[in-house]
Amino acid sequence: MIRGFFFHQFVKVREINRKYATPNVVMSRWVRGSLLFLRLYLIFLVCLLLYKFITLL
Amino acid sequence: MFKISNIYYEFRRIWKAISLFFVLSGPGIVVMVADNDAGGITTYAATGAKYGNHLIWFLLILIPVAYYVQEMTVRLGAVTKRGHGEAIFAGFGAFWGWFSLIDLMVVNWLTLVTEFIGMTSALRIFGIPPWLTVIGVSIIMLIMVVQGSYWTWEKIALLFCAVNLIYIPGAFLVNPKVADIMRQGFVPHLPPGGFNNELFFFIMANIGTTIAPWMLFFQQSAVVDKGTKEKDIPWGKVDTFVGSVMTVVVAIFIVIVTGTILPGINIDDAAQASQMLMKYNKYAGTFMAIGLFDAGFLGAICISLASSWAFGEVFGWAHSLNNKIREAPWFYGSYFFSLITAGCVVLIPKAPLVLITLFVQVVAVTLLPAALVFLILLLNNKKTMGEYTNTLWQNIVTTTIVVGIVILSTLYGISALFPDLFK
Repeated sequence: MIRGFFFHQFVKVREINRKYATPNVVMSRWVRGSLLFLRLYLIFLVCLLLYKFITLL
Repeated sequence: MFKISNIYYEFRRIWKAISLFFVLSGPGIVVMVADNDAGGITTYAATGAKYGNHLIWFLLILIPVAYYVQEMTVRLGAVTKRGHGEAIFAGFGAFWGWFSLIDLMVVNWLTLVTEFIGMTSALRIFGIPPWLTVIGVSIIMLIMVVQGSYWTWEKIALLFCAVNLIYIPGAFLVNPKVADIMRQGFVPHLPPGGFNNELFFFIMANIGTTIAPWMLFFQQSAVVDKGTKEKDIPWGKVDTFVGSVMTVVVAIFIVIVTGTILPGINIDDAAQASQMLMKYNKYAGTFMAIGLFDAGFLGAICISLASSWAFGEVFGWAHSLNNKIREAPWFYGSYFFSLITAGCVVLIPKAPLVLITLFVQVVAVTLLPAALVFLILLLNNKKTMGEYTNTLWQNIVTTTIVVGIVILSTLYGISALFPDLFK
């Protein structure tokens, strides 16, 4: 039953990935720039968290 | 006679508008008042105790900040009929969609734990044990949704919003000097001591509590669940504006209470402030504790719903408060699962609650900038927004606000990681 549940959810996730494969927002220069900023921002935060974790050990 | 009939006509017209407002209002007021959650109450109480009335003018600036951000969710929800989670999936693809959804789940669950910390510590003052608070709160939340009616849920939530106004009579009980409030509070100036790291920390904390990621997801989903149409957008804006005024008014009255009774005292949490207040004025302290419980309760119902709505939208489950529990088992299941697990964490002996509270601030800054940037980009998507696309003026205002919030909330999150940075 548990295996069936996870299999069903896995199929559902793949279905969602397919459904939203193509973004409907036009990828203008501003949009691309904003998404790039968000990526860099997240990398920066992850690095900070890693630094904190390492210095705590 | 003509004059009397004219007055009667005007009265009828105004009364009709007020009645219509009460029918259409809801999501904006609920989200804004719930924004003054347990963490928010602590921030305002600490701000008042530290700086007295000197930062009231700064709190007033938060009215347009909160309004302009949340107003965008009204337009986006009413036009696209999608919640924020689904809108991100559709607008930016699966990667950003999953990132936002998973991050939202984590942030919301951690924030829920902090709401339970607030509720249990508030009721502990009255001798109610935490386990009873968790069970009682869960039962009330079950009663709120068991009707299968969004309208009923919203009106009960509005009732709890009215309880949040308890801080206003609470402030009158401590007899603050009105002349001092007017002189110190409403003229923009720096508090005694000038601009230093500590003041900067308090400014960051106040901004950080004004806009939280769950608020964007909650209001947009609530607008969709309520069935708000494009023609109702002006009412949705009024609803949001009234809510943003209410949230700041409540914050100001908390500042006045602690600024009058507990000046110069360092406050770590609002329950501690309530107990201190009780020594000076029993009723003011009691009101503070009741308000803290109510704030945690409102935060908990909104945050858990924001998660369930987002999950339901993306996974395609029935996800409306208009559904009965048997019609939307996954929606209500996830709602109760997050509530009960968060409540149980508070009951675990020696659970790292302080660490969780700090961790919320850090995790929240991973989602807030993304959610805000997506919001502006979606509001500029002419294809879906049509005539409701952001105007140039709206873009200038909202981008300025978002840049400010991103910088200050990021610094606030970093200060939780490195506490000595701003000391």
